[in-house]
Amino acid sequence: MVEVHEWALAEAVVLSLSQYLREVGWGRASRVIVSLGELQAVDREVFEFALKELANLYGVEVGSFELVEEEASFECRSCGFRWRLRDLDLPDEVRESIHFLPEAAYAYIRCPRCGSADFVLVSGRGVKLEGVEP
Amino acid sequence: MSALRDPRLVAVGERLREVRAVVPFLSSKGGVGKTLVSVATALALRKRGARVGLLDLDVTNPTVHVVLGIRPGSVAPREEYGVVPPEVSGVRVMSSVFYTLGRPSPLRGESISSAIRELLSITRWGPLDVLVVDTPPGMSDELLELLTYIRRFSSFLVTTPSRLSLESTARLAELVAGRVIGVVLNMAWEVPEEAVRLADRLSAPLYVIPYDSSVEVSLGNPEKLAETRFAKAVDAYVAEHVLKLLSAAQT
Repeated sequence: MVEVHEWALAEAVVLSLSQYLREVGWGRASRVIVSLGELQAVDREVFEFALKELANLYGVEVGSFELVEEEASFECRSCGFRWRLRDLDLPDEVRESIHFLPEAAYAYIRCPRCGSADFVLVSGRGVKLEGVEP
Repeated sequence: MSALRDPRLVAVGERLREVRAVVPFLSSKGGVGKTLVSVATALALRKRGARVGLLDLDVTNPTVHVVLGIRPGSVAPREEYGVVPPEVSGVRVMSSVFYTLGRPSPLRGESISSAIRELLSITRWGPLDVLVVDTPPGMSDELLELLTYIRRFSSFLVTTPSRLSLESTARLAELVAGRVIGVVLNMAWEVPEEAVRLADRLSAPLYVIPYDSSVEVSLGNPEKLAETRFAKAVDAYVAEHVLKLLSAAQT
């Protein structure tokens, strides 16, 4: 079940965490906060499982992983309109493409008000390591 | 206190761990033939038995697939602990076109960097002798991502005999000096002194590839491309040079 692309995303977090713990000289992290941007549509259950497996595999000691979801929202640079991902009706195959490469959103999404392709992804892009506590 | 970094940057190194050489083709001017030289080099290396990957780093306007005859949507990376690039003519190919399906994808700087990091951090190339990288023109985000996050690369500079291209390439050479293994003078209707001096200054060989009008009709057909005078010159000079360096690195 974890042979999916979420494994690579979780591996990036664990490797980055491992490097961070070495840099700050902490032997372990009691709590690690990871945000999941809505745009990337990561399977939360699979991702959490992969995080724990990979932390064991790489010998990174973590008390708990806390996953926080972040809503995806956009703002048009042309007309200033703001909208959310959930306001859009995107076909499954488009969601799938964006899942693998969130920037593919720029190929499929246009400002719902003026049609501009020049917009900002304000929040909720993908996986981010938000915080680490000793 | 160290800051938390983008996790993808750490993963990039891990994904390239089994890649012996990363070989980007660089030029700060457009239209000099980087894509064609990149693809021809990748195909020639594969034909000579090397394990080859080909990355289209142009995330807003990819064209590697056009040369290889890949119709967007006809092949896709396989999901397996990340994504595994599809093989085309024996070369593992990765491009944003697999996800944008050839639609216009206008990205600003930060998004370009982010797209490149995403592709590099999820792509499982597996063991490769050479990862050929086709880059877009300019000295902007794509080049900076390479310079900053793929430190161990050995590049070819690609130029035409035009003074515009040569001057621009000389500027780029300052930025990547020490990481250039060759200068490719493409579509060479002449061999200007500036090209020779540029290669000398970089202590790199200058490879002269003649203009070949038959290349255009071979686009989309790798077998036909391999038969062109252009591809044969790329094979004899550029691919040969890469293999010699790999062989020297092994001894």
